[in-house]
Amino acid sequence: MKAYHRKLDLKAGRVELSHGSGGRAMAKLVDELFHAAFANDELLKGNDQACFPVAAGRMVMSTDGYVVTPLFFPGGNIGDLAVNGTVNDVAMAGATPLWLSAAFVIEEGLPLADLKVIVDTMAAAAAKAGVAIVTGDTKVVERGKADGVFITTTGVGVLPDGLALSADRARPGDVVLISGTIGDHGIAVMSKRENLAFETAIQSDTMALAGLVAAMVAAGGDAIRVMRDPTRGGLAATLNELATSSGVGIVVEEEAIPVRAEVAAACELLGLDPLYVANEGKLVAIVAPEVADAVLAAMTADPAGAAAAIIGRVIEEDHHFVQMTTAFGGGRMVDWLSGDQLPRIC
Amino acid sequence: MKYVDEFRDGRIARSLAAAIAVEADSSRDYRFMEFCGGHTHAISRYGIEDLLPENVRMIHGPGCPVCVLPVGRVDAAIRLARRPEVTLLTYGDLMRVPGSGGVSLLRAKAGGADVRMVYSTLDALKIAEAEPEREVVFFAIGFETTTPPTALAIKLARAKGLKNFTVYSNHVLTPAAIGHILESPEVRKLGIVRIDGFIGPAHVSTVIGTRPYDYFAEEFEKPVVVAGFEPLDVMQAIRMLVAQVNEGRHTVENQYVRAVRPEGNLTAQREVADVFELRETFEWRGLGEVPYSALRIRAAYAGFDAEKRFDIPYVPAPDNPACDCGAILRGIKEPRDCKLFGTVCTPETPMGSCMVSSEGACAAHWTYGRFRDPAGGTRRAS
Repeated sequence: MKAYHRKLDLKAGRVELSHGSGGRAMAKLVDELFHAAFANDELLKGNDQACFPVAAGRMVMSTDGYVVTPLFFPGGNIGDLAVNGTVNDVAMAGATPLWLSAAFVIEEGLPLADLKVIVDTMAAAAAKAGVAIVTGDTKVVERGKADGVFITTTGVGVLPDGLALSADRARPGDVVLISGTIGDHGIAVMSKRENLAFETAIQSDTMALAGLVAAMVAAGGDAIRVMRDPTRGGLAATLNELATSSGVGIVVEEEAIPVRAEVAAACELLGLDPLYVANEGKLVAIVAPEVADAVLAAMTADPAGAAAAIIGRVIEEDHHFVQMTTAFGGGRMVDWLSGDQLPRIC
Repeated sequence: MKYVDEFRDGRIARSLAAAIAVEADSSRDYRFMEFCGGHTHAISRYGIEDLLPENVRMIHGPGCPVCVLPVGRVDAAIRLARRPEVTLLTYGDLMRVPGSGGVSLLRAKAGGADVRMVYSTLDALKIAEAEPEREVVFFAIGFETTTPPTALAIKLARAKGLKNFTVYSNHVLTPAAIGHILESPEVRKLGIVRIDGFIGPAHVSTVIGTRPYDYFAEEFEKPVVVAGFEPLDVMQAIRMLVAQVNEGRHTVENQYVRAVRPEGNLTAQREVADVFELRETFEWRGLGEVPYSALRIRAAYAGFDAEKRFDIPYVPAPDNPACDCGAILRGIKEPRDCKLFGTVCTPETPMGSCMVSSEGACAAHWTYGRFRDPAGGTRRAS
């Protein structure tokens, strides 16, 4: 006799501790939610690991944890970030991201409907980025011991021969580019925080940049010294990291840095500097001067880089300072962020 | 961004800079103090000093409310926050300010104290209403700009009959501090520090007006130009100060006419006077005891005064003796002259008051200007 099978109540149900305890409830959650959304041959085998063929050459691996609050924000949710963020970290090496793992720490009581939206979003983001989620893990913790859901993803990609992008390769004379407007993600998330909710049309910029990176690599090859996505700490943190790693200074032009008027206005109101606000779908590239125009053209031809711009150049500088020529006409430093402008932004 | 970009226009800045260069007498120099941290921040952030001729220099004053809050008061707030029944609310930039032993409100929070950041006094009231079982204390600081919202919150709390809302008042007064600087022996008698004029506060002046500065212009023969916080406001104010000095005048002029009236905001002044009264004396970090320079809550509102509800003994805590903040706040020294600047004292681990808030003279110089220093802001070991 076939046992009666009650499906997960995805409308009104909530995650319970039993969903993480290794029994039948967990199997049902994994099967009906995760496997259904992420469906691929490797995952559906139901093994504790994924197995895939490796081409000769080099691989790239990166891991990231996502703890954003609120879970849903204008332009996306934690699921978008968990896929796109790790895809981008892999892609910044110049690599093609291929596989992801996903580990969920879920707070007891999270509505299953919310979890389904997040998981479906991850599936769509993975499909768009051309990666497969091939292995994962689910844990449930008591109410109050987490905040909805925390997701950790690990990404693996393959790196074409001849590329050696690295943070220590910027040289005086190199050109600094950004792929689009800064600060969108941080302001979109902030606009939904309980204590300062404000009305805005600003959407998170969360998106996978693997396609943009491929186009840039085709145009600039190894003359691209380094790429990095300016997430927490914003553009300012990324420029400082690269200057320090390479032992150089960087000078940027304030007027050349693209900022949406709405983002600039929100920052003005909140006393923030867009240079320090997080992005989730932008990259900074430092390239040799001879390929700068070709790389910029490749970027602006790609939808993910339509607003790309050259924003500055690398200089010789003993203290590895990042400086800015202000639109006002003076000079100033762009220092590391001190303290925390906005916690739990990704 | 409308109504903002107009005041940050680089072309107008260059033409103002050219006018100042022409009008400033090359046979002398000009030393102006901007009182407010908001001006200090604008000067550093927009690189205004790069646009000024060599003989026009700015001295950064003490108008940063977080900076001048004495360590003893931060300690008292931390002790309050550690009481199990207390929820302490405050503005964000105060959370990182270190008290004695380097303990900040942020660190007390990590240790289990219920400390929360709010953006307005109305948010503080909402929390008190939503959590009647908690003793909600608002840690209030600031000059005349932030005092009216605190006064309103106290009045609203009384109207709502809230029993669990109190305010720990640290509100201070701008004219008292300016007077203290001008009266200091280095400025008045010894003439070690020459101040040729003041850029007067922007937001503070919207509340108190321009009249309180008349005394300084007359008694000390110093020109005062009240100016907005946008960079073009600052440039224009500097030009107006240069003109007054050149003409031998010393009057109060108002550059910030779009927001400041001579009499100020009378409604706000009335609300503040209803709820607050003068303290005989108050300690300012970097300046020491300044008579009649701060406000306490009137007896009529004693039920909302945290100093009356809780036993908050005040224990003064001295700054590091090597810290030059006091001298920097009075214009006697510059940040780079301090032995601690950039060595043990940085925005991550501030030792002195001028480094704690982004509006402080040292923090502004560290964050935006240290690339101009010969050693990149870090003193060479000597």
